[in-house]
Amino acid sequence: MEVSFPVVANFEVTYHQYLNENSEVTHPFPSYMTPDVLRFLYKEMVLVRTFDTKAINLQRTGKMGTYPSILGQEAVSVAIGHAMLKEDVIAPYYRDQGLQLQRGITMVDIFRYWGGDERGSDFRHSREDFPICVPIATQCLHAAGIAKAFQYRKQPRVAVTTIGDGGTSKGDFYEALNLAGTWNLPLVFIVNNNQWAISVHRSNQTGTLTIAQKAIAGGFAGVQVDGNDVVAVRQVVGDALEKARHGHGPTLIEAITYRLGDHTTADDANRYRSKEEVQSAWTKEPILRLRNYLMAHEFWDNEREEKLIADCQAEVAQAVEDYIQTPRQTLGDIFDYTYETLPPVLAEQKAYASRFKEKAHHD
Amino acid sequence: MTEITLIEAITQALAYEMQLDDDVVVLGEDIGTNGGVFRATLGLLQKFGPDRVMDTPLAESMIAGAAIGMASQGLKPVAEFQFVGFIYPALDQIFSHAARMRNRTRGRLSCPMVARAPYGGGIHAPEHHSESPEAMFAHVPGLKVVIPSSPARAYGLLLAAIRDPDPVIYLEPSRIYRLVKQEVPNDGKALPIGRCFVSREGQDVTLISWGASLHETNKAADSLAKEGVRAEVIDVATISPLDIDTLLTSVEKTGRCVIIHEAPRTGGFGSEIAAQITDKALLSLLAPVQRVTGYDITMPYPKMEHHYLPTEDRIVDAVRTTLEYK
Ligand SMILES: Cc1ncc(C[n+]2csc(CCOP(=O)(O)OP(=O)(O)O)c2C)c(N)n1
Ligand SMILES: [Mg+2]
Repeated sequence: MEVSFPVVANFEVTYHQYLNENSEVTHPFPSYMTPDVLRFLYKEMVLVRTFDTKAINLQRTGKMGTYPSILGQEAVSVAIGHAMLKEDVIAPYYRDQGLQLQRGITMVDIFRYWGGDERGSDFRHSREDFPICVPIATQCLHAAGIAKAFQYRKQPRVAVTTIGDGGTSKGDFYEALNLAGTWNLPLVFIVNNNQWAISVHRSNQTGTLTIAQKAIAGGFAGVQVDGNDVVAVRQVVGDALEKARHGHGPTLIEAITYRLGDHTTADDANRYRSKEEVQSAWTKEPILRLRNYLMAHEFWDNEREEKLIADCQAEVAQAVEDYIQTPRQTLGDIFDYTYETLPPVLAEQKAYASRFKEKAHHD
Repeated sequence: MTEITLIEAITQALAYEMQLDDDVVVLGEDIGTNGGVFRATLGLLQKFGPDRVMDTPLAESMIAGAAIGMASQGLKPVAEFQFVGFIYPALDQIFSHAARMRNRTRGRLSCPMVARAPYGGGIHAPEHHSESPEAMFAHVPGLKVVIPSSPARAYGLLLAAIRDPDPVIYLEPSRIYRLVKQEVPNDGKALPIGRCFVSREGQDVTLISWGASLHETNKAADSLAKEGVRAEVIDVATISPLDIDTLLTSVEKTGRCVIIHEAPRTGGFGSEIAAQITDKALLSLLAPVQRVTGYDITMPYPKMEHHYLPTEDRIVDAVRTTLEYK
């Protein structure tokens, strides 16, 4: 006789999409998604792309350092920032320029950071936000700590952390999920699943069917969203923020998107992925998708498009100008923030360094 | 024979040893199809297949921990960490296990693994990509710490590291990956770990350095020579275990000594060398031992890193200080 054992757990992961790659509505838009909001999101995505193109150009012409392009992932980044409240806090990864701009971090700051200038992380309008995080996945735990502080002080605020698909292989990511679930933290995790971690494809990164399901091991829900559908990302992130804000705990959102550019300006993606794959990803990209929708519904036209492009270019050009005019750093910039007060040993080293400062070779 | 760069010498050593010994495997992030972000493992996947050239998921503690397990089974894993700033998540595995396996098991198990990582500044890389933490590794008993300074040394020392029965931290100065070319015969000959190399002989002052800083050190020695100061230059090459005898022999001859390294000053490996020299050669010293080092600050981002790195000027200045003592 066959003995069957009882099933003790069952899980599912849902996939969210409102506007598909052919710009067709696959799910009714939420009511706040008015033409104005859609146009705003569209403009912000175009701005991010204009900024990104210029940043690559600055690197190529020797005016900036290594830079990670966000090409193709604008919807995720912009939608997160749009859904958040000012008083929420981010602990982001590095490929999140759209989110940074939505938070009020300036283009000049972002240029400075990638130009190799510490002052690029001293955000004027976003004092509590963390700087972007290079050591992969470590930011997820900072977000958990921030969320704990909100919870402890009974503040209706939410911590948001972003990470790549590759980053979800790291212990810190799992540790943050575990803590968030255990303490029911007001925390939203967003995974930019852009299919690649430098040269390692998603299929060689993890054996799981979805990345969203990693949340289940943390004891809370994970959802998948079309990361090239700004409406869907905005909605899913908004829901997760509300849930967290009302004490109902964390959410993991896996945004399916694609890194259309090289990993960074120091990378050549042709070494490890096919042109066909990239071409097919271009047919799903977020900006054209929304523009086609807006045009089809006469929420947008060529005249507005031309003006938008010109405005974005002017805004970015101004930022480049300000970046180029950035006053030089002094030795104080590299010594004075080591501690709150400069200990004698460092004061001595700083004085010694200043003896050689003129002769230190310039590049 | 064609001349090759330091990074090509590393590839050549890896390929040589993998050909010779089936137990040698390499693992790390982006080391397969991409050949590593600096191309150290270029062509190895094609030659030796994915079973021996393993592109891993993104997790350094995992890479080190798995290498320890493999090593206990007699494999000789060579793990690549993409930059030494990203080896930090693996320190628990390296310090608590790789370094101690032999001691904990009374020699029953051991850990013949190599942890390779690009290290040091001066390549205009973003934050966290330019660290010099060699002294941290040298502080942990059970680890050997090797730092090549030229293509030939990179080749010979990497072969030695792979063949070594104990865990070796092999730090590759990324600034000189492609700086100079040298003829490096692919003869499988290892160089000794635990030995310093006198790379230039002189009577007046001993300059001690390792890795990329040796290039500024050699330039300083050249310009001092024009002033009639004959500097002896020593490439430490292995900072742990340290070959103090070669350093003492030189200092006993010259009576003056300058130690140059890129890492922060406090607790930098120069402190250990200076301490041992005062312990063992105090009476030969004509002047206090000088150090030219990085500062006790976070490695600056690219725009200011040239203020941090030891320069020829700073080295010459330190030498002049030692010469003031008659
Ligand atoms: C701890 C750590 N290891 C390695 C790296 C080097 N590195 C930078 S980005 C990257 C790949 C990240 O891929 P993913 O998480 O998918 O994000 P994406 O860059 O694709 O947006 C690697 C290996 C790092 N920054 N930190
Ligand atoms: Mg990715």
